[in-house]
Amino acid sequence: MNWSTLPHTLSPGIVPLFAIVLTLGAYLFGVEVQKRLPNPLANPVVIAIVIVGVTLHFLHLSYQDYFTGAQFIYFLLGPATVALAIPMVRALEHMRRGFWPMISALLAGSLIGLLSGYAIVRLLGGSQAVALSMAPKSLTTPIAIAVSASIGGIPSLSAVLAILGGILVAVSIDPVLRWLKIDEPSAKGLAAGTAGSGLGASRVIPQHTLSAAFAGVAIGANGILTAVLAPILVPLLKHW
Amino acid sequence: MSMIKSIFILLLCQLAGEALRAVSHIQVPGPVIGMVLLAAFYILRRREPSPALQRASDGLLSWLGLLFVPAGVGIVANLALLRSAWLPISVALIGSTFLTLVATAWIMHRFGPRASMQDEGL
Repeated sequence: MNWSTLPHTLSPGIVPLFAIVLTLGAYLFGVEVQKRLPNPLANPVVIAIVIVGVTLHFLHLSYQDYFTGAQFIYFLLGPATVALAIPMVRALEHMRRGFWPMISALLAGSLIGLLSGYAIVRLLGGSQAVALSMAPKSLTTPIAIAVSASIGGIPSLSAVLAILGGILVAVSIDPVLRWLKIDEPSAKGLAAGTAGSGLGASRVIPQHTLSAAFAGVAIGANGILTAVLAPILVPLLKHW
Repeated sequence: MSMIKSIFILLLCQLAGEALRAVSHIQVPGPVIGMVLLAAFYILRRREPSPALQRASDGLLSWLGLLFVPAGVGIVANLALLRSAWLPISVALIGSTFLTLVATAWIMHRFGPRASMQDEGL
C-alpha cells in the first residue's frame, strides 16, 4: 500500500479534516512534551510546526492542501486578537499607575527593535534590502509585511522573520527574564509583545492577566509606532 | 446563549475593525483595530465585561500558540529565502530580538508599578 496517496484516495472532504486533526494533535503532543521536559526549546508551537511539516512532506501534501483545513484554526487568530481587549480592561487601573514607564519602555523597545535589526545586518555585510526587511521583524505579521513594502524591504522575507522572531521570543522569554531576575508579569507581557508580537507573547499570555493586558497593548502600540516611525527614520539610515 | 453572544461581540469588533481599515486606509490590521474598539467601549462606558465574555476571551487566549501553527508551517516552506544571507540574518534576528526584550522588560520592571496579590493567571 502506498501511504503517500492515502489522503487523496479517500473522500475529498477528508484532507481539511485531516489537517485540523493533525494540527490539534501535534499541538496537544507538544503541550505534553512541555509538561514532562522543562526545557524552553520544548515549546508546543515549535514541536507542532515540526510534526506538521514532516507529516506533510511524507504524505506529499502541499501547503495549499493543508491550509484548506488549517484556515479554520488560522481564522481564530482574528477574534483572539480582539479578545486581548478583555484583560486590558481588567488591568486598566494598573496601566494608569504605570502609564509613563509603559510608554517609555514601548518607545525604547520599538526604536531598538527597528534600528538594531537594520544595523546588525549592515555591520555583517548584509545587503540593504535584507537590512530593511529585518527592521520590522518584531511586528505582527500583517503590519511587518506592510511596513517592509513601504520602506523598500522584501515583504515575504519580513513575514518569515516576523514568525521566526516570534518563535524566538516564545522560546527565550522565560530563561532571559529569569536571568535578568525580572518576574513582573506586566514587564513580561510588554517585552514579549514588543519583541515578538502575538506569537512571542503566546507563551506569557496564559500565565497572568497583566501579562495578557500588557502584551495586547504592546502588539498594537508597537505596530502603530513602527508604522509611523519607520518611514521617517529609514531614509536617515540609508545614508549609512 | 451567552457563548454565542461572546463570539458575536468578538467577531463584530473584528468586522468593524476591518471596515474601518478599508475606509481609512490605515496600515493596521482589522483585528488590532477591533481590539482597540472593544477596549475603548468598556473603558468609556466604565463597565466590566460580562463573565461569559471573560470566559470566552480567556479560552481563546489560553490556546493562542495553537492558532499560530498554520502560519508557522507556511514559513517553513519559505525558509529558502534566508539562504542568501543566513549569517547576518540569524545574528541580527537573535541579537536585535534579545536587545528589544531586555530593554523593554528592564524599563518596565525598573520604573513600573508592582502587581498586587489580587491579580491572577487566566
